Amino acid sequence: MAPGVAIVGVGEAECNWHTELGAADIMALATHRALAETGLGLADVDGIFAVSPYFWMPSVTLAEHLGIQPRVTDSTNIGGASVVAHVGHAARAIQAGACEVAVIAYASTQRSDTGRLVTGSDVLPYERPYGPLFPISSYALVAQRHMYEYGTTREQLAQVAVTARQWAALNPNALRREPITVEDVVASPLVSDPLRRLDCCLVTNGGGALVLTSDERARRLSGPAVRVLGTGESHSHRHIAAMRDFATTAAVASGRAAYEIAGLGPRDMDVVEIYDAFTIMTIIGLEDLGFCPKGEGGKLIEQGTGPGSAFPVNTSGGGLAYCHPGMFGVFLLVEAVRQLRGECGARQVTGARHALVHGFGGVFSGHATAILAG
Amino acid sequence: MSPADERPKPDTRGAGRPYWLSGRDGVLRLPRCTACGGIFWYPRLHCPGCGSAAVEWIATSGKGSVYTFTVVRQSPEPYFAARVPYVVAMVELGDGPRVMANVVACEPERVRIGLPVGVVFERLDDETYVPLFRPEPEGRA
Repeated sequence: MAPGVAIVGVGEAECNWHTELGAADIMALATHRALAETGLGLADVDGIFAVSPYFWMPSVTLAEHLGIQPRVTDSTNIGGASVVAHVGHAARAIQAGACEVAVIAYASTQRSDTGRLVTGSDVLPYERPYGPLFPISSYALVAQRHMYEYGTTREQLAQVAVTARQWAALNPNALRREPITVEDVVASPLVSDPLRRLDCCLVTNGGGALVLTSDERARRLSGPAVRVLGTGESHSHRHIAAMRDFATTAAVASGRAAYEIAGLGPRDMDVVEIYDAFTIMTIIGLEDLGFCPKGEGGKLIEQGTGPGSAFPVNTSGGGLAYCHPGMFGVFLLVEAVRQLRGECGARQVTGARHALVHGFGGVFSGHATAILAG
Repeated sequence: MSPADERPKPDTRGAGRPYWLSGRDGVLRLPRCTACGGIFWYPRLHCPGCGSAAVEWIATSGKGSVYTFTVVRQSPEPYFAARVPYVVAMVELGDGPRVMANVVACEPERVRIGLPVGVVFERLDDETYVPLFRPEPEGRA
């Protein structure tokens, strides 16, 4: 049995519509906030993990900014799932004794810079002449096929966005808190059929950071520790044109690996955080992670995943309503940790003990799952 | 020509060169692995099914059906912005693999999953013939 690893600190910074800071500033600020929760200092940090579309070598940039020369460094980029994958990588590095205190961070200032998703994405020549919108057309192609194969409805997609706003209304830091209805979503302008404007995530600034260490060291710290019980990662394609099955994703493999290591299953999860850049992602994520039979994600959403429901999903409001500075993985983790610590106020899930976090990256390409315990 | 007139050109170097040249005589050609028999897309030097480098190019019927599609309603690129709404589809070919292309010569509202389509080509230059698909005439699907 590998020694345990825990998340001992989390921090966020500049999750907003306008910032005067740069992306490296924000990664560093979030890191200092996360460290401040732990009582640890920069001198304790010997593992650096980072991702950001703003930097070619994000962990190297972050370490330079902080003034750290680490023993372990990792800039793995599998899109929005990266930070969730970093949790697995950091846990293994700590278990192997390669480092003792790991920082993971992400930041982007895409809202202030361009108002659009900032991405270093490479274009596949076999998609280039045809003009799919990046990334929404890829998700639209999957949504269309999912609706055809399983009868998922336009209203079920809309309900994902409606539920996200219900959670956001309970989150004082969420950037879109006004309620919306299914009718609002279905009446919003089409962008790439069948997806409409209100099926899409926000475009904001922001950054986040996590601090991980061994269970043993965590016990000597003052703050609460959230244990990492299991992690998994996978990818099935890079570009949507190369996706093999347009209705099922490599979340199946990533989730299975995490459940197996944790010795737990979907029924054991009290809180679920799934990357929701577009409404279809929550539905497919719920299916592929085993929370319902394949094809019934839409029905599960209809049954209720909002505040007060028996099955709380995306409790911060998610990328659809909380914030979305690109690669949302770190914010899924921050929310899960805060839920497991019982710090979430009006949106707190009572008695939350186990949380599942799933990051999607690229266009249903990169996947990483983490199972956490309070 | 302004950017609004010119369809963005793919990078035609490498393993996919015969794909972009294929339309010269109006025939859609795809790579086939002679080791495992798989016909695959997009073109690569090695078969993604079994890893073999024994790849040949075969002529296909160029016929298939729409596997999934989206109607694009806006674009930051002048060429595409001037053509909204347009259809981006994955077409499942009768010969096996699925390819990405636009469905043309058809109102976007008529496109549905399962729609029978056949290949046509748009010449961008002597090296680049972009495969597109249009609905098959009724009764010939």
